[in-house]
Order: sequence, then C-alpha cells, then structure tokens
Amino acid sequence: MQSNVGVRLRLRYSKRGKVRFVSHRDGARLWERALRRAGLPVASTEGFTPRPKLGFGLALPTGAESVAEYLDIDLHRDAGLDPADPSWSSYTAETAVALTAAMPPGYDVDVVVARDPASGSLQEQVNSTTWELSGWESTGPGVEPELLESATQRLLAADELFVERERKGRRRVDDVRPLIRDLRPDPTGRILVADLVTTGRALRPSELAELAVPGVDALAIRVLRTAQWVDDPSGERVEVIEATALSAPSSPAASDVLVTSGPASTHGARS
Amino acid sequence: MSSIWADLEGLLPRVSKPARYIGLEDGMQIPEHEPHRVAWLLAYPDTYEIGLPNQGLQILYEILNERDDAVAERTYAPWVDLDAELRRHGLPLFSVDTHRPASDFDVLAFNLSAELVYTNVLNMIDLAGAPIRQVERRDSDPFVIVGGHAAFNPEPLADFIDVAVLGEGEEVVGEISAVLHGWKAHRAASADSDGDGAPTRADALAALATIDGVYVPSRYEVTYADPADGESTGRIASVEPIAATPERVEKRTVADLADWPYPKSPLAPLTEVVHDRLSVEVFRGCTRGCRFCQAGMITRPVRERPAEQVRTMVAEGLQRTGYDEVSLTSLSTADFSDVEPVVQGILADREAEAPVAGCSTTINLPSLRVDAFTVGLAGQVNSGRRSGLTFAPEAGTWRLRQVINKLIVEEDLYGAVESAFAQGWTRMKLYFLIGLPTETDDDVLGIARLADRCVELGKRHTHRASVTVSVGGFVPKAHTPFQWFGQNTREELHRKVDLLRQATRRMGGVNLKWHDPDASTAEGIASRGDRRVGAVIERVWRDGGVFQEWGEHFDLERWRAAFDAEGLDLDWYVFRHRAADEVMPWAHLSAGLHPDFLWDDWQDALAESGVEDCRWTPCYDCGVCTGYGIEHVVASPVAPAGGSQGTGQDLDRGHEVPVQLVGVGR
Repeated sequence: MQSNVGVRLRLRYSKRGKVRFVSHRDGARLWERALRRAGLPVASTEGFTPRPKLGFGLALPTGAESVAEYLDIDLHRDAGLDPADPSWSSYTAETAVALTAAMPPGYDVDVVVARDPASGSLQEQVNSTTWELSGWESTGPGVEPELLESATQRLLAADELFVERERKGRRRVDDVRPLIRDLRPDPTGRILVADLVTTGRALRPSELAELAVPGVDALAIRVLRTAQWVDDPSGERVEVIEATALSAPSSPAASDVLVTSGPASTHGARS
Repeated sequence: MSSIWADLEGLLPRVSKPARYIGLEDGMQIPEHEPHRVAWLLAYPDTYEIGLPNQGLQILYEILNERDDAVAERTYAPWVDLDAELRRHGLPLFSVDTHRPASDFDVLAFNLSAELVYTNVLNMIDLAGAPIRQVERRDSDPFVIVGGHAAFNPEPLADFIDVAVLGEGEEVVGEISAVLHGWKAHRAASADSDGDGAPTRADALAALATIDGVYVPSRYEVTYADPADGESTGRIASVEPIAATPERVEKRTVADLADWPYPKSPLAPLTEVVHDRLSVEVFRGCTRGCRFCQAGMITRPVRERPAEQVRTMVAEGLQRTGYDEVSLTSLSTADFSDVEPVVQGILADREAEAPVAGCSTTINLPSLRVDAFTVGLAGQVNSGRRSGLTFAPEAGTWRLRQVINKLIVEEDLYGAVESAFAQGWTRMKLYFLIGLPTETDDDVLGIARLADRCVELGKRHTHRASVTVSVGGFVPKAHTPFQWFGQNTREELHRKVDLLRQATRRMGGVNLKWHDPDASTAEGIASRGDRRVGAVIERVWRDGGVFQEWGEHFDLERWRAAFDAEGLDLDWYVFRHRAADEVMPWAHLSAGLHPDFLWDDWQDALAESGVEDCRWTPCYDCGVCTGYGIEHVVASPVAPAGGSQGTGQDLDRGHEVPVQLVGVGR
C-alpha cells in the first residue's frame, strides 16, 4: 500500500481566531487545496479516485482553537526528498512558510519534521491532550474564578463521573472519570487546565465544562488545545513535536488580525 | 470603520455551520471604505453554500473593487438559527468580508436567480435595518437593487426595490456607481454649506433611471382594468412612465467576453459549497432556441470566450485556488467551438505542472448536448471512475420536442446513451419537464418508454445499467414564447407524476424522481406575477415563510392563505392562459426580443414546427442583434459534427429509432 511513499512530513500548526469555526472535515479540504497550491509532491492512494495520503490527528471540536495541531503528509517517492540531505532543514522551513501562506489566515505552520512512514499514525500514537478552558466569567452572573479551584478538587476526588450522551439516537450514560488525567486552575485562577485521555470515547471540553460548573453555558467557554502527548520509546510522556518559540500561546485575539505583521505576514498578499 | 465581529463571535458557537459567516476565502478583498466611495453590499438571498459559487456576484465584486469610486463586500442569507440570534441580540445583516453592518453600505444589491428567494430578499432588507417598502426609505437608507435572470420580471418586487438591472452587469455597475458617487459628493458639499438644496433620494433615482438597462419601478405607474368576463382579477390596463423616464428599458449586453476575463481571483471558500470547484465561463448566451428556456431567450446572442483565454483562466484559477476540478460553464458547453482543443490543452497544462505523476485534474462539462460527440468528450475529461452521466431530452416524444424546439432526434439520443454505456458508464440521468404546452398523456408516457429503452441498451453492456428519470413541472417564464401558456395545476402535475410512477413501477433499472408540484406552483406566482403579488410575498414573509427553496421551510398552504388574505386569486396568476393582446407585467422591459418574434415562435410551437440555431444558420431576426447592433462571437462557422440538435439534420426523420433497436425486448 505504501509503495509510492518516500518520506513522511509531520507538521505542527496552530488554528486561532476566526478559523476556529472551520470544522475538522472542512479543514481537511483546505489542507488538500493548500498542498496543491504549494506544489508539494504528495503521494496518492491507488484506485479510480486517488486521494492524497494525509493523516489527520484527533479532530478539534468546531469552535475550539489550538496551538498544537498535527498533520502527516506522505510525500511521493519519485520526488527524491531525503532527510539526510544537507538541504533538508531549509526545505522543511520553506515548506512551513509556503503552507502557512497557502492556508487561510489563522492557520500557522510552526514546524515541519520528517517521520518514518512505517511509524504509527497520529491517531494511534496520541494518548492524551491538554486543554485550556477560559471565559468562565462571561458565562453569566455567579460564575467566579474561585469555583474552578473547588470544581477541580471535587472532580478529581470523585470515583465516578457520569455523563449522559446521545449516540445514533440512543441515550447512554458513560463514566468519564477515567478520561480525566489531570485538572488544575492556571496560576491566574481564571483558566481551567485539563489533561484528558484520548483513548476510547474521549471527554469533550464542553462536557468537562458542564461537569465543572453544572448548568454553565458551555457554548460561551473558550477552548484552546495546548498540547498533544505521546509516549516516547522509553515510555516517557512527550509532546508529538516540541513547540518552537513561535507557537507559544499568545493572546487569543492575536490571530484575528486580518492584515498581519510579523510571522504571519505571508497573508499580506491579499489585497 | 465598524465591525460587528466582537458581538457576532459569541453567537457563532450556537448556530449550524458557523464557517459560512467568517469570510477569509481565498480571493476575499478587504476594501478601504471612504466617504466618497459608493459602498455596495452584494447579497445572495439564499445560503452561503448556494450563493458563494455564484459567478455573477464574484464578477461584480471584483469589477467594483477595481474602481476608485466604489467598494464591494458580500453577504448571504443567514440561516434561520443565526437570523433568530441576530434579531434577539439586536444585530443587523453584515458583510462576511469585514463584518460591517449593512447600514454602512450605500447599495444593497441582490442577485435573483430564482423566484422562490423573494421572501428572503424582504427578510434581508429588514435585517439590514431598512424599511422593506421603498416608499418609506429615507435618504440615509441603502438603495436596494436587484439583478440576475429573475429580474427580467421584477414587478412582484416593485414595492420593495429601488432599482432593477436588466441583463449583464459588468458595465452598468460602473455607471450606477458613477451616478451615486456624484450624488453623494453633491450631498456632502450641500451639508458643508447650509444643507439647503441637497439632492434627495428621489433625485438619485431619477438620475439612475436614465442609465441604459436600469429600471426604477417607482417611476412607472401601473393601472388595472376591471376583470374581464369569467375572470377574477383585472388585467393590466397600462404602464406609464413618470416624467423624463424611458418608456421601455432595454437589457444590457457585453459585446465581447474577451474584454471581461473575470473572476480573476475566484473565491475559494473555507467550507463546502454546492459547486466546490473552479468555474470558468466559456461562452454566454445560447441560440438553441428551446422555447421553455428563459436563460436561452434573455442572454442572446452567443459570445464565446477566446480559447486561449479560457486555457489561461483555467490554469491560473487552478493554481490560485488549489482546486483539482474545473467546470467549463455555459448554457451548452459542448457547443463551444474549441471545446476539444481547450480540453486537451487544459489536461496538457496540468500534466506539465504536476509535481509528481498521477495528479489528476477533473474537467466538468455541465449542460451537455445529447449526442455521441458529447459522450466522447465526456470520456476524454473523465478518465477515472465513470459512474453517472446526465442528459436533458426534456420531452418524451419527438412531437413534443418539436413543440419545445429541443430538436434531439431519437437516433442521437439512443446513440449517445449506447455510446456512454459502451464506454463504461453505468448510470444515466435523464431530465424531463412535464406540464409542457400541448402535452398529452402519451407524451408523458413517452418518458417512461424512452427510459426503458435506454436501460435495455445499457443491459447489453453492463448488468448494472440504470436510468434515473428526473421530472420537473414546467413553469412558464417572462420573455419566452411560452409566456402566454397557463401552467398545469398542481393536481394535473401530480396526475402526470402518478402516470409515470405506474408506468415505471415494473421497469427494472428505471428510477423515477420528481420535483414537488407544490413548489412549481409557488414558482409560477412570481414568475409571471405583477405588482399586486408583492403584498402576497410580504405576507408570506411576515408569516415566517423564508427559505422557500428548502423543502423543510416550504408550504404552499401559506401562499394560498396569503392570496386569500389579500383578496387575490392564485389560480388567475398561475394557471391562466394569457390573451394575445394582454399587457404583460413586463411589457415595458425588454430582453431585445421582438414581441412579434415571441408570438410567432409560440404559434410555431403549437404547429409543432422547429427553428434552427441561428449561430450557424441564417438570422431569423428575433430582434436582439439587429436591435442592439451586436452579433454572435463564435469561432466555428459550422455546427458541431456528430449530431447537432436540429441544425443541418433531416428533421422529418426525427422520430425514427435506429434500426438496431427495433424489436429489442419487445
């Protein structure tokens, strides 16, 4: 199946600002178009309707932002690209710039690295993710930052936490306590930081918000994914790719700016 | 500088498909608004998914933004969930480009591609914060302009719009901008002095009414006669212009498409839309002369884009957008003189550009002619999976096809189908109209017979052969030879659908689909309606009847109730045959066609007599070229080879079935 695949690119990118309303599925289509615009020699599947060989990570809920999204791109063997080549690092740096330019404003490619195509997919490898839930004070009167401290203690102390869900028209109740790896307010006390396990039926950030503050207007909570974690060969928990300085979380509004300066100025081509 | 984004952002998590409200498309523009510039808000009165691909809107968006005296942004009808949220929070209609409120714009310009969107037009004017009735608008309110095919009978919207533009917009939007620019400058200068003598809204409308192609309904007075014997409603007695206004408004036509290579920066959306691919218009206008087809009547003459320009626009558009699929659009793309070399050229360009082998580009040829040449062409552009191919014979018998002037001979039809199945296609989709003039039950059943034969042909090549028959109820349109014809009632259309259901029930491989006859009825209300119908449209809108093109929101009963409440008669408007001497609601508006030509063509239809395509045969003077001093721009002097729908064929033998079919399965 992987006969025409040479090297796999794994890229880390952020999705901030207005584009947080782009769904995972629409995002996939945007990447396909961006790869063609950037002229990347992407390998294709066989068959009547060849598709580019891309591996998308865990879906980000529509409306959530992230500074730690990942995408695997299998390049065609015939392109002759080799990570051992001295020009490789400049190739990946140029690719990051080109893809940022080809994607809509708000998608910023942070770093591109090579991976062995035989290594697992993002969906197989990632076992937990870190989230920041903010904007509690905007959800209505009575939601004070101190609530987050007590909610954290209450949820972590619980043996079982039941969430009612609907799937394919059927109601079911799941115990989601095992999916909460860690929970803490950030130093300001205004942001809830959550480490959630991604194996099985994951706990959605909106569900967590409702558990933390029952009755909260979960749609008013801002959600930011800050990390995705894998186990390295020694069993240690590490980020899929370490963030570079460029992708450090900044103020949420930063990427709403349409005519940007600095790292994202590649979008200045828009008139 | 204003934007409602900060308020809108909190609402978007609460609505379906929020990405359709964020803008940021590739090709989006962020124009600089200035007090002296005329700000256009180009509106599509249906969802973003339907409206974004609209080429007319994209073309005008670019042309206006290239001007010094204008800027343009876009808006689409917010879906009902966001509409409710906006109203609950006191927020207005906004542009998707910079999220400016509609009140920041001087012009609210709607593209009308169909009649059922009219209640959305009212809703969007209201959401924009302007009075829906034009007579109540103040100097500070936007000018409401409509254009597009349905604007050729804008009378049902006459009370709600300031201006209707007839025909192609490329040139006239500039002329409108110039007039409004001058009007704004004059008003600003008056305000700087003592405010006296500032030009009013009425002054602007009077000036606009002098532009060719611009119709200002409020400057025309319509009077009605008493009802004729046996009729419920009085016909139009007269339409008179007020003061210095032209008696007749003529449509605008661009002489040479080569001068307008737009859109140059096609919009590539962030969310999936209905035509999710690049579109390049290869020609405009069609003179096949199908008598039911409003588009073919109002867009004459034929103007082809130079083949080289098509190839360049495709190459640049694909590179710019990243699409791997392009549609070569027109009313009948196989009629484009250079269609074969252009297709070959596009494929060669893409092969040369591809970073690695195997990157395929799909070329889409919509509105295909029915013949073997066309199937061969479809085979060239579609080397991958061959699943479905669509043809539109429109009528089930040769007799009726002569009435409607869709002169596809049986031989060509079966030749096309046979050739398609032979080349690997397994599913055929055939479009038909029911409720056509002179139609008998035998004509209707002819649809089933024809589909059955197509399946038989297919079974010789593949056991999976299937034919989907799609039937829609015919709605007579303004400026066509069928404008006098009384539309079939919904009961009659239902009866004909039932005939077909019975007939196809036991035909293996034939699937029948039909358009809701209730929707055809509602479409007929505005398609030939007059100004009095406006009250019905307003009532349906006030009753919550928006998104009438969407089955889940449409209910004919709401329209019937609105007619009753207004004391009007739906049957009189929709199902009544018009008299020869009747003043049509659009009689003072012209698509360039001689009224005599339309009447004679109607008589020819009743006599089952066809006319040939005038781009390759001598002119029969429909009035357009001679009246406007323009002509066809067509590279090929002869009709395409291999079947040409009635041009240069022996029409006496049109009903004859190819010999090899005789006796098959019968």
